[in-house]
Amino acid sequence: MAVPHYMTSGMGGIRSAGDLVARMQFSKNMKIEKAKEYVAKKLGISTLEIADEHIMRELREELKIGVVTGVPGAPRGIAAKMNIEKLLGIKINSCEIFRQKTKG
Amino acid sequence: MTQFYTRMGDGKRVLMTREQMINDLQAGMADAADMGGVPDLSSNELEMILEIITDRNRVVGVEPGNEVVLTYDIGQLDFTGDNGNSGNGVDVGRLESALLHERALAADTFELAHADYSIKPVKPIISNEMQTMEQIQQQITVPYFYGAMPNAGLYYAPDGPYGNPADLMREFKIEEAMAAAELTADHLARDIEYVATRMMSAGADGFNFDTTASAGDADFVGTLKGAGALRKACPDAYIMIGMAGESVMGIHGSIEYDGSIVAGTYPHQQVKFAQKAGANVFGPVVNTNTSKSLAWNLARAVTFVKECVNVSDIPCHVNMGMGVGGIPMCETAPLDALTRCNKAMVEIAKVDGI
Repeated sequence: MAVPHYMTSGMGGIRSAGDLVARMQFSKNMKIEKAKEYVAKKLGISTLEIADEHIMRELREELKIGVVTGVPGAPRGIAAKMNIEKLLGIKINSCEIFRQKTKG
Repeated sequence: MTQFYTRMGDGKRVLMTREQMINDLQAGMADAADMGGVPDLSSNELEMILEIITDRNRVVGVEPGNEVVLTYDIGQLDFTGDNGNSGNGVDVGRLESALLHERALAADTFELAHADYSIKPVKPIISNEMQTMEQIQQQITVPYFYGAMPNAGLYYAPDGPYGNPADLMREFKIEEAMAAAELTADHLARDIEYVATRMMSAGADGFNFDTTASAGDADFVGTLKGAGALRKACPDAYIMIGMAGESVMGIHGSIEYDGSIVAGTYPHQQVKFAQKAGANVFGPVVNTNTSKSLAWNLARAVTFVKECVNVSDIPCHVNMGMGVGGIPMCETAPLDALTRCNKAMVEIAKVDGI
């Protein structure tokens, strides 16, 4: 199911900006067009380009928001999500809990 | 006369003419409009579905720029599960499965799931689930939910503490059956709050209530109350409520949520309840009729879902699995049918996700 759905209409997750658009849908109840516009504006590219792997692969590494291929040293997981929080201007629950746990 | 390869609702490949498909498209649409009291599709929209179905290519896709967000049910069980869930029977760990979905299967979101994928059996092992959620959240980047079916059926005899409404009704104990359903709804809501708030404290992005109302109207009310309690306790939780069927079965018949009876409601009415409960995303379902063609099922599904999307204030991620959303009812959904249904839902019903 996952592969044919992705190939037909999926944004591609961290191959492009699918996770970022999903976060805006869930955190702000944004419908797809509005969520894409919000993310595109934050990334400084067009709504067509946010689903373009060629553009997003480099941009994600530059912004340190998680890349799909294995790049030693490139943030993933909680580190990438902390950068996503700053990029999108939202709070992410796992990051909040991580911060609480690391408070002195 | 030119014929096109297409599918029946059970997945069987058949040949149909353009005229036969047009007739089925109109009949499927009319069935949805009549049952749900929703508007017909326009002639242009029916023509678009026809164009998608009669495409000569094996696989079709949306135009660049029309991509949508994908959400998932059953979590890692699509790898580990048996054929009942169209699972592959590959005993991979939950961390590996989550990261494979993120990094190899292009998932926009994913979720953690219990092997029984229901709220009730999570309770005794909640600490185990919380630890796994904490660990996976350290490594995963995409939004990562905890997912489970409300599955109110587990609260009825012989599996649970309350009388089984189906048995009680057979004995004409109608009031007892209704009382059992009401007690179940409240118990389910309490269990949802218990499980969901703990998963949020372990770092979950949110909760996916999957196959909601599978046990009828009390299941739906219990889920809505539980989701409402989660929203109150965790204002920033990502909440997704996905349905089990196109219409809510009236096992109780008159149980209400926020002053309205939920039994017999269709997707464009269900979404309003989900919104009130605090959901961020709603997952409409339209069931597939195995005796009808892909054209009939797809036109019917698009008619229902388009109206749901139209009236909704929150994003809608339509359910597009085996036997829902126009897709044939079989374990291994044919690629040609699946991609056609997906494209039609995105470009005609204008869903926000799948």
